[in-house]
Amino acid sequence: MKVVIMGCGRVGSSLATKLDEDNHDVTILDLNTNQFQRFLPDTFGGRKITGNGVDQDVLMRAGIEEADAFVALTQGDNRNITASQVAKHIFNVPKVVCRIKDPIREEMYNELGLRTMSPTRVGTEMALKALDV
Amino acid sequence: MYIVIVGGGKVGFYLAKELVEAGHEALVIERDSGKAAEIAEELGEIVLKGDGCEAATLKDAGSERADLFLAVTGEDEDNLVACQVARHRFNVRRVVARINNPKNEAIFRKLGIDVTVSATSVILSQIEQELPEHPVIPLLQLRHGLEIVEVKIPDTASSVNMKLSDVKLPERSLVWGIIDQDGNPQLASPDTVIRAGEEIVAVTLEENKEALRAALMQPR
Repeated sequence: MKVVIMGCGRVGSSLATKLDEDNHDVTILDLNTNQFQRFLPDTFGGRKITGNGVDQDVLMRAGIEEADAFVALTQGDNRNITASQVAKHIFNVPKVVCRIKDPIREEMYNELGLRTMSPTRVGTEMALKALDV
Repeated sequence: MYIVIVGGGKVGFYLAKELVEAGHEALVIERDSGKAAEIAEELGEIVLKGDGCEAATLKDAGSERADLFLAVTGEDEDNLVACQVARHRFNVRRVVARINNPKNEAIFRKLGIDVTVSATSVILSQIEQELPEHPVIPLLQLRHGLEIVEVKIPDTASSVNMKLSDVKLPERSLVWGIIDQDGNPQLASPDTVIRAGEEIVAVTLEENKEALRAALMQPR
């Protein structure tokens, strides 16, 4: 599978590493080149691209036109939402996953057809479960 | 009319000022408390401190009764999301997004934002005729005032079908490589013949860029 990941933070880099190990074709995007050095292992075999994923030219440089999946994992909800909508509605990427921290925004974009995930909601659920209440 | 403005920068500020002067009811939503306080001081209590992309803030702003919703922050993605939340959560009929990247115009339209305003596009359309049609594209600055540049050879250039050794380049300039129309890069040699549509990668002194352009692209 050809996957484009936007955002090379802890989650982005760990997902990219895992998919790369499983022999998927991975391209990871970040605004800041240092993030690649900081979070990706030396063995990482995917492509690393510096740029802003809300810019369609940058997405094209990352190979969005042929991608099977796009995952938006930057710190910014709105950046994730915008890039995910562009990937889904402009480039017709079959699988698009968008991280949104704000649960209200997450719910709305979910209704609008984005495959969303909320670390806030998941984190809350896990904490509750751990507390066993 | 009741007009909600997201973003209290220069654009949002002067929009609010003009609209209030014209007798409308306006509310500016600004995230930064310092900026919000400045606006309140200048224009009165028409500011709401908060994130205009959050449904809770837009609710406080009374967005459901807004006749017009303007998202004019400096970030295209924030403007898109604010407009979409206003449209889908509060049924605001008229939403307008400011955009910086002109390529976002078509994208935003496809995502349901019918009106976009791009200062970049306005300025571009004003100056387009004055821009040289085939500019020298700067690629990388080097030391000693040198620069790597790219030029695309138009059909009309006098250099078309000339050998590189016959083109008189300016001082301390050198054609490094050529990318042909199929995208194949080649190293340049004195015997290389220039073809229309090729991209030439050259090194030149910054002040000689115009002379390089003339040497390669002057019409026949």
